[in-house]
Amino acid sequence: MSASGLRRRGAALALLAALGCSSGDGDAGSLTAVSWGGAMARAVNKAQYEPFEAATGVTIAREDYNGGLAEIRTQVDTGNVHWDVVDLETFDSLRGCDEGLLELMPDDLLGPGEDGSAPAEDFWPGTITDCGIGRIFYSTVLAYHPDRFSGETPATLGDFFDLERFPGRRGMRRSPLVNLEFALMADGVAPEEVYAVLDTDAGMERAFRKLDTIRDFVVWWEAGAQPPQMLADAEVVLSTAYNGRIFNAQVAENQPFVIIWDGQVLDFGQYGIVAGTPNLEVALDFVRFASTPESMARVSAEIAYSPVRRSALPLVTTHRETGVAMAPHLPTSPENMGRALVSDTRWWSEHLDEVNERFSAWLAR
Amino acid sequence: MTEPRSVGPPARARLRAAGLTLPLVAFVGFSFLFPLGTMLSRSVYDPLVAGALPETLALLEEWDGETLPGEPVFAAAARELETALGDRLAGRLGGRVNRVASGMRSVIVRGARAAAEAPAATARETLIGGDPAWGDPATWRAIRTAGERFTGRHYLRALDLDRDAGGSIVRQPEELRIYVPLLLRTLMVSGAVTLLCLLLGYPIAHLIANAPPRRARWLILLVLVPFWTSLLVRTTAWIVLLQTHGVLNGLLVALGIVADDGRIAMIYNMTGTLVAMTHVLLPFMVLPLYSVMRTIPPHFMRAASSLGANRRQSFFRVYWPLTLPGTAAGSLLVFILAIGYYITPALVGGSSGQLFSNMIAFHMQTSLNWGLAAALGGILFVAVGALYVVYDRLVGASSLRLG
Repeated sequence: MSASGLRRRGAALALLAALGCSSGDGDAGSLTAVSWGGAMARAVNKAQYEPFEAATGVTIAREDYNGGLAEIRTQVDTGNVHWDVVDLETFDSLRGCDEGLLELMPDDLLGPGEDGSAPAEDFWPGTITDCGIGRIFYSTVLAYHPDRFSGETPATLGDFFDLERFPGRRGMRRSPLVNLEFALMADGVAPEEVYAVLDTDAGMERAFRKLDTIRDFVVWWEAGAQPPQMLADAEVVLSTAYNGRIFNAQVAENQPFVIIWDGQVLDFGQYGIVAGTPNLEVALDFVRFASTPESMARVSAEIAYSPVRRSALPLVTTHRETGVAMAPHLPTSPENMGRALVSDTRWWSEHLDEVNERFSAWLAR
Repeated sequence: MTEPRSVGPPARARLRAAGLTLPLVAFVGFSFLFPLGTMLSRSVYDPLVAGALPETLALLEEWDGETLPGEPVFAAAARELETALGDRLAGRLGGRVNRVASGMRSVIVRGARAAAEAPAATARETLIGGDPAWGDPATWRAIRTAGERFTGRHYLRALDLDRDAGGSIVRQPEELRIYVPLLLRTLMVSGAVTLLCLLLGYPIAHLIANAPPRRARWLILLVLVPFWTSLLVRTTAWIVLLQTHGVLNGLLVALGIVADDGRIAMIYNMTGTLVAMTHVLLPFMVLPLYSVMRTIPPHFMRAASSLGANRRQSFFRVYWPLTLPGTAAGSLLVFILAIGYYITPALVGGSSGQLFSNMIAFHMQTSLNWGLAAALGGILFVAVGALYVVYDRLVGASSLRLG
């Protein structure tokens, strides 16, 4: 910390003393944790923030954001860092790390799994990166309302693109992410070959041609809250959606939505620490605390996202609020993993700009 | 008109008066001009790559751009990449070069890792061992382009142009042309919204301006209450009203005007964008119009009729010209606000709803390509500035009456 920073801190302490305030957490420190708001923030609060505060006496200030790195970049660039631990999409974590906006995670940060296995084996491959520690898997799946189909109901990713058997409008996120993968898998590409195919011009062409077949019937959504709404309002007959949102509608709003797990695209979120935070030690303590298998399992008892540690999955039992058994609702449960793809964030971090321009031009055509 | 000769307060009093405006001047400078300037400078100035690879870039200046560069270039690059890796700059470097050519990020990072961890006999073997793309002249051309300290490439990209291998300016391939069509569409949507606002707002403003004061207060409240309501709430309300199984379609089906399976698509398309944006921006048209109309004495119209004009003539030759300052101010306000809109079109616009600002937001928040975002913003800035100049020529900026 710079001398002026110390002076500022000293002045602030003197001011507090003069006002006769005691901060109460003076010894344990404080931390600003940033999450996504809504159900996700509630889940993390119950499962991780509150237990951490109880265990350490640290006060956590909760903030929400909508993803992206703009705020973090501004804080780091101006040297005025007031966020410490942030829930990041892997995509942002990779770019943030490249841009020097995030602290590097020490190698010895994480503890062993439930079965004693080393973290590198216990964590799903790729979920630990230089600046990010994996938290949860979330999944983009297909969902529908059973009332919209009188006879046969859709069951596979291919059915999403089949306008003859399942006519009607479809909801998709207005982004090339996930949609190109869906298009290729529906066109018969095996999940493990999707990115190799996308890497070629012909493969990219093929994905867009597949999307062309349903283009005129797509309603594009932006926010994760939209698909359940559009399904309930019969605005669309089928939609891509985040599995946690659909789960929420099922258990909290008693919607009879059905999820098609075939061809689901998994993505994981990570914890990252903003570069230059004055609370680095506490922030690392928190990430260590939140990355234990028990802690991850507690999150999955609040919201239908999977732990990224294999040994945490068996610890997840029922939904805390409603008592629903969680296993059928978690993306990484074996019965849902039949044909699943883990999104290759690294590939996207190199190609998103170009593909997004192409996608936007395609949309406007 | 000539200025009357100075009869104002003495110099000291004027100085004091000017002193009172200082906080505002400082505020505008600090919160508007400074950020605007730094942001716009990003669109042409990026010293990162030039600062990290000075020697490599200096050597590349003498390179022909066709064949693979010689060992000294490889050696300088390997050395400078290794340093960059130690300074945590390799990823950033890769990110910058990746903007010139997709896929370069990992080429740069792998090259830097190889230079640090697995040096071979020659620097060329080291880098090519890290990633075979180092053996391709295209990689070096990308580095050379990314190394320009002052660059026009963000503006080229923002105009759907690119430089080919020879350095001459060419249009992007058709599937990547996006910004110019998007800008044209944005201008068109903004123009349509302005026109709709004028058509709807003019009678409302006239009604309020000529109502008895008590009723006028209520009417103006009806304009202001939606104005005070959150933008998101109003946009979402339109979704509820217009969607396929929404209020309006339900009403039409119940009345038997449309069949149940023939419900009209009124949202998630251009119709939805126009309706929601017009509603959101209407107060910005009504208020300036109202403030101008209120000052037009009613006996002007009576005088016109007594001189033999029919209602139509007295409107177009007397009333309409007098409301022009309000019309112009309202239109300019609505148009400029509409051109920067992105939440409303993003929510109700469907596939055709993406406007120019959505791309700026994408490059600010997701791709972190602030240079391109700044160039796009600069183009929007110039477009609005040009319109203002045209407006000034046609109507005269001094006649603006904002209410």
